[in-house]
Amino acid sequence: MSKSNLTRRGVLKTGAVAGAGLAVPTYLSAGSHAGFTNAPGDSSVTLGFNVPQTGAYADEGADELRAYELAVEHLNGGGDGGMLSTFSSKALDGTGILGRKVEYVTGDTQTKPDAARASARSMIEKDGAVMITGGSSSGVAVAVQALCQEAGIIFMAGLTHSNDTTGKDKKANGFRHFFNSYMSGAALAPILASNYGKDRKAYHLTADYNWGYTTEEAVRTSTEAMGWETVAAVKTPLAQTDFSSYVAPVLNSGADVLVLNHYGANMVNSLTSAVQFGLRAAEANGKNFEIIVPLYSRLMARGAGKNVAGIFGSTNWHWSLENVAGSKYAGTNAFVQSFGQKYGFPPSQAAHTCYCQTLLYADAVQRAGSFNPCAVSEALEGFQFDGLGNGPTHYRAEDHQCFKDVLVVKGKENPDNDFDLLEIVDVTPAEQVSYDASIFGGELGSCNPGA
Amino acid sequence: MLGLNKPDTRLLLIVIALVAAAPILLNPFPEGSGLAQFNAGYPDLMQRFVIFGIFAIGFNILFGLTGYLSFGHAAFLGAGSYAGMWMMKLLSINVIPAIIFSTVIAGVISLLIGFISLRRSGIYFSILTLAFAQMAFSLAASVLTPITGGETGLQTNLNDPRIFPEFLGGGASIDGNIPKPSLFGIEMTASYQLPLAGWEFTFNWGYYICGIVMILAFYMAIRIFRSPFGLMLKAVKSNQQRMNYTGLNAKPYMLACFVISGMYAGLAGGLMAAMDPQVGAERMQWTASGEVVLMTILGGVGTLIGPVLGAGLIKYFENIFSKINDNLLHQWFAFLPDGIEDFLVTIIHPFIGKGWHLTLGLMFMAVIIFLPGGLVEGGKRIGRLVRKSKDTAPDGKTNPAE
Repeated sequence: MSKSNLTRRGVLKTGAVAGAGLAVPTYLSAGSHAGFTNAPGDSSVTLGFNVPQTGAYADEGADELRAYELAVEHLNGGGDGGMLSTFSSKALDGTGILGRKVEYVTGDTQTKPDAARASARSMIEKDGAVMITGGSSSGVAVAVQALCQEAGIIFMAGLTHSNDTTGKDKKANGFRHFFNSYMSGAALAPILASNYGKDRKAYHLTADYNWGYTTEEAVRTSTEAMGWETVAAVKTPLAQTDFSSYVAPVLNSGADVLVLNHYGANMVNSLTSAVQFGLRAAEANGKNFEIIVPLYSRLMARGAGKNVAGIFGSTNWHWSLENVAGSKYAGTNAFVQSFGQKYGFPPSQAAHTCYCQTLLYADAVQRAGSFNPCAVSEALEGFQFDGLGNGPTHYRAEDHQCFKDVLVVKGKENPDNDFDLLEIVDVTPAEQVSYDASIFGGELGSCNPGA
Repeated sequence: MLGLNKPDTRLLLIVIALVAAAPILLNPFPEGSGLAQFNAGYPDLMQRFVIFGIFAIGFNILFGLTGYLSFGHAAFLGAGSYAGMWMMKLLSINVIPAIIFSTVIAGVISLLIGFISLRRSGIYFSILTLAFAQMAFSLAASVLTPITGGETGLQTNLNDPRIFPEFLGGGASIDGNIPKPSLFGIEMTASYQLPLAGWEFTFNWGYYICGIVMILAFYMAIRIFRSPFGLMLKAVKSNQQRMNYTGLNAKPYMLACFVISGMYAGLAGGLMAAMDPQVGAERMQWTASGEVVLMTILGGVGTLIGPVLGAGLIKYFENIFSKINDNLLHQWFAFLPDGIEDFLVTIIHPFIGKGWHLTLGLMFMAVIIFLPGGLVEGGKRIGRLVRKSKDTAPDGKTNPAE
């Protein structure tokens, strides 16, 4: 055997040279013709719809997928056009995006960050998707957003309510239309004060993950600011289905309000448990005992049935909004109508935000005249629009978060049908739920076109 | 060659050839054709094939040789991933420290868990490992949130220190973006694309790095299987009592085997973090441990190549079948009359998309019932059939299986 002279310097040198040599072809390949990842061809463009089809949020995921399919239909000029006719920007003309027919691929996030990323990566690497959207959990949204940033793809977040998505974990390639925990807290607090008084004692049950934390914190901060006191805050595992052991101690804790920072199946189970324990009928500190659910959705209300009657919460959008609160919220009826025609029932807030995100992306590409993520990002940053069902909305440039009015809703006492379960109590104007972009920390970074 | 006998050398060469040619072999259908949906030759899935291959090879060293069924291997995989992520956050975005450290950490944790769990055997051992894995999962998902990122998981960030000098992968950011995991400047996501008459083949750096690691891991496994140490482990499987009566203490062998197996899992976890810098706690959940058991059984317990095949098959189903939707089915069956088309789509619908678990379950049952030895046995049977039809005069003798 020959003796080789290995020196540290020699190894480093060879390594660096070899590395540089090996890296050369990578710059010459990978969508080099356009300067960004997955530049679409001349005839069609592929979008990736990454939603939970299995797991705790599967209901939301199914509704999101319906909305995406509807959005694609409308973008390609099919159907009645939905919100395209009410959208304030008229760049879209029903001929696809930049003249290319919109096609899509779907994937299952399983409500797990790992699976969601695998699914998103296959959309990017195999199907050539130029934009990824979806997610019904903040954990998933944060994970997929980071992936898209790395790959040089635009991420249009679906239903994700944690502050982190556009706060601590915000990314330059990620955008969120949905509202967040902070806004929920800010919108709910005044309503709670006027209905339940300013000297309440609250007991929190919180889902043990990042959305739960930020929601609990938001509600705590805003209710404590108006004089409430927080007796205790107990974390419950996400996988928990039986909440009786968590609900049992509530009545004797000295609290007179129970805040359920739960979503989806968690909320359905914990609320049912609380009602079974007689909390709704109970009295504490000489007041009626009350329950609050910060983030409400119609799908959850349906799951919990009669138990939601009279319970306050907040929501991003509701299908009856335009009828209740007037034409400021134009677009709502147009969307509900075309969704209803296609599927036979009104859309949920998850469906609404996903539909909007798809339209907003398509519009931004059209206005920018390019699919390049940096150009799209520039077109979306600071974008002011109207007619997508939430009234005038602003896509803030500093954290890529939409600012719009927030709805405070209450479970109906006597619902007429299976879909009419929530009643809009108040619409909190956007100014009242706005905050400084820097309060959650995190860095946006700079846009990454990939390739 | 390399201390291997002839059949083993051949097997190793086959594995090397398969790994090298996978980007081509896994893309048999031309781009744009209806069957392109079934192509698996894209970087993410190929990386998963080899990484889970490593995981399953390691699991098979424990389960295949000693018969000890561990339900806690996902804990080592997860621990390896977290360790790897922290290296990429603290030291350098270069994958080498991540891979080394993940293996070491998994080794330490498996030493601890193995030391306790190996006091029992059989079902009690399985339950103990399962309990440890669930504990690890719960800890990672809630109590250890500062280290693991809890439910959100752990990612690289713009404000990570990454204290190594720049040419070794240090530095917090490149042009305002988080640097991607790399090996001396070669990014793991970098690919070379080769369009070839309708086909498009993607040769990805990350995949080949994983592939090389898997070949090394595979070679190690062969050596372990053929070593006196491996023989001792097989003795544990066949009759541990007799072994004790002859005056041999099986425990050190078992513990060493458990730690080696755990380090393989940690290595796989480290590679996973290196290929895709995000770790979630669910990587440690017991379903993930169950998955590697399925992979090993599906491929063939105790065989060298089986676990790798099993891993590939399960990952293929998870990633390809889950992405077929009704829309695609309608496209495929568009040539049929409408009634039949809708009927076929209705029939197939439960087996695709979110129903991929069902398809996998059915296949798993079929394999267990008809091929108890897994895919490897299937391969052997086919091989025997081919040979039989070739032989003009069978001598009636059966060759003993290796």
